[in-house]
Amino acid sequence: MDVRAQLSMVLHLDKCIGCHTCSVTCKNLWTNRKGTEYMWWNNVETRPGTGYPKNWEDQGKFRGGWEIKNGSLSLKSGSKWGILSRIFHNPDQPVMKDYYEPFTYDYANLTDAPESANQPIARAKSRITGESMNIEAGPNWDDDLGGSREYAAKDPNLTEEDRVLFGEFEKIFMMYLPRLCNHCLNPACAAACPSGSIYKRGEDGIVLNDQEKCRAWRYCVSACPYKKIYYNWDRGKSEKCIFCYPKSENGEPSACAHSCVGRIRYTGVLLYDYDRLIQVLEAPEETLVEALKSCILDPSDPEVKRHAKKAGIEPDWIQAAENSPVYAFVKEFGLALPLHPEFRTFPMVFYVPSLSPVLRKAETDMTMENFRIPVKYLASVFTAGNEAAVEDTLKKLLGIRSYMRGKELADKELMEKGISLSGWNGRELEKAYRLTSLTNFTGRFVIPKTRRENGSSYEMQGAEGFLDHGKNKR
Amino acid sequence: MTVKKSDHMKDIHKPAERVGEDFYRVRNSYDKVVRSTHGVNCTGSCSWNIYVKNGIVTNELQAVDYPQIDHDIPNYEPRGCARGASFSWYLYSPLRVKYPYVRGRLLDLWTEAKKRFADPVAAWESIMTDESARKSFQQARGKGGLRRTDWDTALDIIAASSVYTVKKYGPDRITGFSPIPAMSQVSYAAGARFLQLIGGSCLSFYDWYCDLPAASPQIWGEQTDVCESADWYNSMYTVLMGSNVSMTRTPDAHFLAESRYKGTKVVVLSPDYSQAVKHADLWVPLKKGQDAAFWLAVNNVIINEFYNKKDTPYFREYVKKYTDLPFLVKLEASKDGFRAGRYLRASDIDALAGEENAAWKMLLMDETTGSLYSPKGTIGYRWAKEKGKWNLEDTDGIEGLERIPMLSLSDEEVILSTDGYDAGGGYAPVKRKAGAKRIKTVQGDVYVATVFDILKANLGAGADYYENSPYTPAWQQQFTGIEPETVIKVAREFAENAEKTGGRSMIIIGAGVNQWYHSDLSYRAAIMALMLTGSVGVNGGGLAHYVGQEKVAMLSSWSALAMAGDWCKPPRLQNAPSFWYIHSDQFRYEGSVFDYFAVPDKEKFKEQHSADFNAKAVRLGWLPFYPQFCGSSIDAAEEVLTEADGDKAKAMKITASKLKKGEMKFAAEDPDNPKNFPRVWYIWRGNAISSSAKGHEYFLKHILGTDHSVHAEETGFGFENIKDAKGAEGKVDLVVDLNFRMDTSAVYSDIILPAATWYEKNDLNTSDMHTFVHPLTEAVPPLWESAGDWEIFRRIAEKFSETASAHFPKPVYDLVATPLAHDSPDEIAQENVTDWKYGHEDPVPGKTMPKLTFVERDYGKIHEKYITLGKSIRENGIGAHGVSWNSGEEYDDLKKINGSRYMEGEEMADVSTALKASSAILRLAPEGNGQVSLKAFRDLEAKTGRPLAHLVEGYEEYSVSFDEITRQPRRIINSPCWSGKVGKGRAYAPFTLNVEDLVPWRTLTGRQQFYLDHEMYIQAGENLPVYKPELDMEMLGETEGGDGLVLNLLTPHGKWNIHSTYFDNERMLTLSRGGQCVWLSEKDAEKAGITDNDWLEMSNKNGNVVCRAVVSVRIPEGMCLMYHAPERTIDVPLSPSTGKRGGVHNSLSRVRLKPTLMAGGYGQFTYYFNYWGPIGVNRETFVKIRKLNEVRY
Repeated sequence: MDVRAQLSMVLHLDKCIGCHTCSVTCKNLWTNRKGTEYMWWNNVETRPGTGYPKNWEDQGKFRGGWEIKNGSLSLKSGSKWGILSRIFHNPDQPVMKDYYEPFTYDYANLTDAPESANQPIARAKSRITGESMNIEAGPNWDDDLGGSREYAAKDPNLTEEDRVLFGEFEKIFMMYLPRLCNHCLNPACAAACPSGSIYKRGEDGIVLNDQEKCRAWRYCVSACPYKKIYYNWDRGKSEKCIFCYPKSENGEPSACAHSCVGRIRYTGVLLYDYDRLIQVLEAPEETLVEALKSCILDPSDPEVKRHAKKAGIEPDWIQAAENSPVYAFVKEFGLALPLHPEFRTFPMVFYVPSLSPVLRKAETDMTMENFRIPVKYLASVFTAGNEAAVEDTLKKLLGIRSYMRGKELADKELMEKGISLSGWNGRELEKAYRLTSLTNFTGRFVIPKTRRENGSSYEMQGAEGFLDHGKNKR
Repeated sequence: MTVKKSDHMKDIHKPAERVGEDFYRVRNSYDKVVRSTHGVNCTGSCSWNIYVKNGIVTNELQAVDYPQIDHDIPNYEPRGCARGASFSWYLYSPLRVKYPYVRGRLLDLWTEAKKRFADPVAAWESIMTDESARKSFQQARGKGGLRRTDWDTALDIIAASSVYTVKKYGPDRITGFSPIPAMSQVSYAAGARFLQLIGGSCLSFYDWYCDLPAASPQIWGEQTDVCESADWYNSMYTVLMGSNVSMTRTPDAHFLAESRYKGTKVVVLSPDYSQAVKHADLWVPLKKGQDAAFWLAVNNVIINEFYNKKDTPYFREYVKKYTDLPFLVKLEASKDGFRAGRYLRASDIDALAGEENAAWKMLLMDETTGSLYSPKGTIGYRWAKEKGKWNLEDTDGIEGLERIPMLSLSDEEVILSTDGYDAGGGYAPVKRKAGAKRIKTVQGDVYVATVFDILKANLGAGADYYENSPYTPAWQQQFTGIEPETVIKVAREFAENAEKTGGRSMIIIGAGVNQWYHSDLSYRAAIMALMLTGSVGVNGGGLAHYVGQEKVAMLSSWSALAMAGDWCKPPRLQNAPSFWYIHSDQFRYEGSVFDYFAVPDKEKFKEQHSADFNAKAVRLGWLPFYPQFCGSSIDAAEEVLTEADGDKAKAMKITASKLKKGEMKFAAEDPDNPKNFPRVWYIWRGNAISSSAKGHEYFLKHILGTDHSVHAEETGFGFENIKDAKGAEGKVDLVVDLNFRMDTSAVYSDIILPAATWYEKNDLNTSDMHTFVHPLTEAVPPLWESAGDWEIFRRIAEKFSETASAHFPKPVYDLVATPLAHDSPDEIAQENVTDWKYGHEDPVPGKTMPKLTFVERDYGKIHEKYITLGKSIRENGIGAHGVSWNSGEEYDDLKKINGSRYMEGEEMADVSTALKASSAILRLAPEGNGQVSLKAFRDLEAKTGRPLAHLVEGYEEYSVSFDEITRQPRRIINSPCWSGKVGKGRAYAPFTLNVEDLVPWRTLTGRQQFYLDHEMYIQAGENLPVYKPELDMEMLGETEGGDGLVLNLLTPHGKWNIHSTYFDNERMLTLSRGGQCVWLSEKDAEKAGITDNDWLEMSNKNGNVVCRAVVSVRIPEGMCLMYHAPERTIDVPLSPSTGKRGGVHNSLSRVRLKPTLMAGGYGQFTYYFNYWGPIGVNRETFVKIRKLNEVRY
C-alpha cells in the first residue's frame, strides 16, 4: 500500500444555479492580464451544450486523454517520443475558433466623443487585433440554452432519440456543469510535456506547470482531455488551474469554491493507494467508476493510517481525510461521480448528478423514470455509460428527500420510502442531509495547512516575502 | 501491467525546489482586506472582502462571517454573485467617470454669460431666457461633445440653476431621482436631504419600477414585508411564480435548493424554461400573465375540499381571527340579483351609530348569540381618542364581551351577481347563490352576507371541476393552457401541506407577475390561497415577494435624516409613475383608460382618462403632484399669508377657496405650461434616463428635447380637467448626474460629477433578504477627482447656500401641499368619494383635498443644516409605520459619538461626513439599539393594549456601531416598525407580530382583507379578486403596420446585469452575448427567417431597438425576452428605419396607470411614498421584429 494524499473537490450539481461566480472570482485573481484573456481556468457550461472550448469532449478531434492501445495504456495523442518527433507541428491543438476571439470595447469614446449627429457608443474591438469586430462567440455563448439548435442539440452525450425530443419545448431539460482542472491521478498533460515541466505535488496532489521550466511546446494543451490547460501567448507559457494552492496551503479554499454562492462545492483530502491505481489504470470502461473509487482509502482504517504515516503524511492531514466531506460524498455515500472517467486520467474532481423536474403533468412525486434529464445522458457524462451507477445516486438523492419530508410531516410511510430508496438507515440519511444542506463554510472546506517548518525556518522567518528570498533559500 | 510509476505521476515533495510556484503565490498575497459591498439595487446586500495590494484593489471575495441564525438553518454564506464579483473591474476601467464633465455647448454659453454677469444666477437666467441658446444645448444631449471641467465650474452652474429655479418658478420645480436607498442609505440620503432642505421633490422608485405589489397595501396595509430568505428553508411546499430565484436572487437560491433535501416540494410556474425550473419537482408552463386564472381555480378547489366538503379546524380558526372573511357586507339589489357593496359598519346600526368613529367600525356577527358586534382592532379603534382597543382579541370593542365570529350565514339564500370575463375579454357576469341575512339598518332593511359567503359564490366553489364556468379548474385552462388535473393536484398538495404543517406553504413571487397591468388581481388571487390555508404570519409560509424591495432596516432614523425631518416637515415626496406619465407627456398618446381596462360599466366613472383620474387624485389629496400649483409655492405662500394677515389657518382656507374658484390651479391640470415644467433634475446612484425611464423615447422628446424615435401621435383626447395643449419638448433646463460610469444617463446629462465607487466610500447596507446590517467602507480613497455622494451634495449645498444668500437674504415661507397620509388619522378622512370639483362639497385641506403646510426656508443656511442633525429629533422624537418615541438620550449620545456643531450657540450633533451620518442612522433606530426598541414597543403597547415589551427582553443593552459592523455583520433586533419577529434561532417572517401578538394589520378591518370595499373597487368590479382579460395588442394599438413578427416583449431581470449596472462590464459582456440581445423561440425565429446571433430590429410606436437574436428552445412561442436592462451605449448600431442610434429596452415601453391604484384617504388606501399609488406596468409591450441584413454604426 503506497498511500498518498490528494486535495479533491465535490460539486453538487443539483444545487448549482449556473451563476458563474466561480468563473469570475477565478478570472479576477488569475487570468486578468495580457495573454490570459481567453483563459477560464474555471468555467460553467450549460448542458446539453458543446462546452468550452467548443466540443472539448470530442477526443476524435482533439485526441486528448488516454486510450488502451494494443492492450496497454497510452496517450491518445501519441507517446512522448512520438510527440517529440513532431514537436513543431501539433495538429490536435485547439485554435482560436474553438475558443473565441477575446474582445473589449472602446469605452473611452463615451466620454471623449466629439459632438456628432448620433449618440456615441463603445464599439466592440478585438483584444487580438485592436480593430472593431463583430462578436460571434464567447466562452459561455450557449448559456442557458442560447442558440440551442447550434449547441445544445449537438451535445455528444445526447442519444439520437433525445436529440429529437429535446427540440420540443415541453420536454426540454437543462443543467449546469462547472469545470476546473481535475488534478488527475494520471495526468495526461504531465505525461505529454516534453520539458517535464508539469508535475503533481507530493503533499497534496495538485498538478502544476512550472512557470520557469515551461518551454511552450503546448502538448499539454492537446493531451488534456478536459482542455483545462491554456497557452499564454504573451508570456509563452502554458497555464492552468492551480487549485489556488497559495490559499489551500494556508487552509483556505480556492477562489471558485469560496465564492460558490450555491454552496455546491466541497473541498477535502482523499487518501489513495498508488499501488492500487497502477493496477486499475486499464480497467474495462464500464467499471472505471468503481476502479477509481477502489483507489480511495478509508482514512479511519488503522491499517491505512499506519501506511499513511509511513508514507510521510502528516497527522493533521490524516485527520483531515477522516473529516473530509469529499470522502463522505465519494466513498461513504457514493453520491459523487467523476467526469468522463473513460478519458482514464483518474480525475479528482467529483460531481453529484442533478435531479430534474418530472416530465409528466400533474405529477409532483418524483420517480426516476419521469426525470427530464435522461439517465443515459448523465451516464454518458459521468460514468462512461454505466446507467446503473447514475440510477443508484439519483435514488439516494430521492431517498434523502423522502425521508426528511416524512420526518418533518411525521409521515412514517415517506420515511420508510426514503430508507428503501437509499439503502441507508436514518442516521446515515440525516448525515447525508446535513452534509448537503446545512454544512457551513468550515464544514464544506476541510483543508489542512501545508507544513513548512523545517531546519531553516528560524532564518527564513525574517526573510520570507523579500523578493530575493528564493535565491537565499537556495 | 505495462504502466510504470512514470515521470508524469511522480510526485514532488520538496516545496523549496519548486521555485516556479512563487509566481502565483506572490499574486495571491495582499496588503489589506477591507469590508464593503455593492450599492446596487438587487436586494442582495452581500458583505464582501476587498483585497488591496500596493494601493490597488485587485479583486474581491465574499465575507463569510455572518452570525449563524440556527444550526438547523443553512448559513448566510457566502453571499455575493458573479455580478458583484466583477465590480472591481469598474474602478480603473476606461468607462470610469474620473473628472467633472459639462456638455460642451453649455460650457461655452456659461463661459460667455459669466463674462457678462458677475452674479451666477443672472448668468444662468441669460441662457434660460434665450430660447435658441437653451435649445442648442438641449438638442445636443446624448450626442457627444462632453468637456472636462473643474469642480468649481460644475458646482457654480448647478447652484446658479437651482437658485434661479427656486426664485423664478418655485422650489418644487427641482426634482431628484435615486433608486432604492437600502443598498447605500447615506448616499441616497445625501441628495434627498439637500432636495428636501430646499423644497425640491424626491421621486419614488418602488412603484415606478413596478416592483411595489399593490396587493400588499390592499390586503395588509403594508408596503411590503417579506421573510428573509433563510425562512424559505422552513417552507415545506414552495411555489415560485414570476420569480427566477436562481438567476435573480443568486445569493439566496441555495436556501431553496437546500430546502429540497429537508423534504420541501417545489413547484415552478413559468412560461419559459427559466433557470429556476431546475429546482422544481413540477414545472407548470402556464401562459404568460395568466397567473390569476390559475390561482382562482386553486382557491376554488381549496374552498370546495377544505371548507365545504370537510372542516379544517386550523384553516377555519385562522380565517376567523386573522382575516376579514367573517365581516359583513351589505348587498345591493340590482337587475341581475344582488351585488356586494360596502362593509356593514357601526354607523349603519341604530344602536351603535353613536359610537366614536362609527363609520369606521366594521361589524361581525356573533356565532353564539347571532348578534351584531363591533370587534376590536378595526380602524375606528386605531384612531379613537381612547387607546388600547386596537388589537385582535376576540372581544367586542364596545361591550367588552368575548365573542366568536360567524363565518357563514345560512338564514336565507340570495342570488349574487358576480363578475366574470370570457376568453375574448367580454364582460360576462355570473349568477350564484349565497347565504345571507336580512337585517335592520338606519337605511332600512338590507341583506348582508359575510365576505366568506360572497367569496365562495364568486369562486364558484362546489361547481363541478370540469364545468367551464368561472373559476373552476376546467375554466382556467383556456387562459393558462394548463390542464385541470395539474391545478387540482397543486391545490390539494398546497393546502394539505399547510394543514399538516400549520401553514408552512409559501409562494415566492416577483416581477414576472407584478409587472402586468392587473398584477394586483393576480397577487390577490395567489395571496388568497395563502390566507385560506393559514399560511400568512407563519415561519415557512406566506408570500415572499422579491423585486426592488430592499428594506431600510433602520427606517425611522434613516427617513428623518434623508427627508430632512430634523429641520423641516413635511417633505415633498412624489410618486414617480404619475410624475413621469404626466411630465413626459406619455398621457397625451393614449385615449380612454377603458379602451384596455375592462370594467363592468365604464359609465359609472366620471373620468375616463388616466390623466383625469390623476388630476382627481391630486385635488382630493389621494396622490401628490409636484410642481403642485401653477405658479411658485413661495409666491403663493406670500400671497395668501398677506391676505390672511399672517394667520396660517386662515391662509389655508383662503387657498382652498382660491382653488375652488379656479383662482389657483393645480399644476397637474396644466402640465405643459412652461411655468409647470420640472426644471432641474438631479440623478444619483441610478440610471434614470435609461433603465428607469419607461417610455425612454418620450423622455428624450419631452423631458430632454433631443433626438428621439417616438412614432406615436398625440391623440388629442378631450380631457375633463386637463388643459388642452401639445406636449412641450425639452422641459428640463439642467440634468445633473452623479456617476462612476459613463452609462446612458451620464451620456445624456448636462453635468456629470465623478462619484466614488462602492469601494471608495463609507455607507450602510441592509436588505429584506436577510436580517443583518453591514457597511460599505473605503478600501481606497475616492479615485481621481471623485467623491462620495454625501460629500458631493455637501459641496452642492455649500455652493447653493453661498449663491442663494444674495437672492434670499431672509427666510421665506413655502406653501407645501401633501396628500393624506398613511399611518395617520388621514386614513379616516374620506368615507365616501366626493369631489369638490364637481360641487359635491367644499375643499377642506387635509379632509377633501391635500394637506397644506407653511414651511420656512432659509436658503442661506442650507449647508449648515445639511451637516448638522437638527434638534427637532431630540425634542420631538422619530418614528415609522405608525409608531413613535422620544429620542433625547440617543441624540445626546450621538453628540459624543459624532462630535458637536454649534448653530446660533446651540449644540447639535455633527453629520458632516458619511461616517457620521451612518452613526446617526444606527444609533437612533430600534433595530440597532435595544433601548430605542423598548421605547418603541411601549408606544405600541399603549396603542394596542397588548403586552409587547417582552419582545426586547435580553436586548436592552444591545447597540450596533459602525466599527462593530465593520468587524462583522450584525443582526437587527425586534422592532415594532416591522411586522415580523427575529430572535435566537428564528428567521424573520412577516406578520408574525400580528399573528402571535395580536397587533392588527394596518387596514380598515385590522385584519387581512380579501374584500376591498372602496367605491372605486366596487365600480371596477374588483372588490373581490377576479380574472380580467389580458391587455392585448389590438387594445393597446402600439404596433405599426408592415411586415414583421409580432411578439410580446418581456423584460425580466437578467443574469449578466443588475438593471443596467454590470451590463457594460467587460466580464459580464464576455460571459454573455457581448451586447444587447433578445431571446426568441425557435419557431418564431424561423417564421422571421432569423437564426442565432443575427442582428434584428424591434420596433413599435414608442421607439426602436437594434440588437442580436438569441434563438432558444427554452422560450415559448409568442413572446420574447430582453433581459432588463441593457445600455444603448454598448455596441449598438444605427436603426435602419430611423437612421438614428438604436435604443434600449425602454425605447419600446410606455406607462399605463391603473386608476384604482390612485384611491386615497381611506384606510389602507392612503398615500405614502413608495407605498401606495399606481405602478409603472410594462409587460404589455408588443413589438414587431425584422431581421437586419446590413448593419451600420
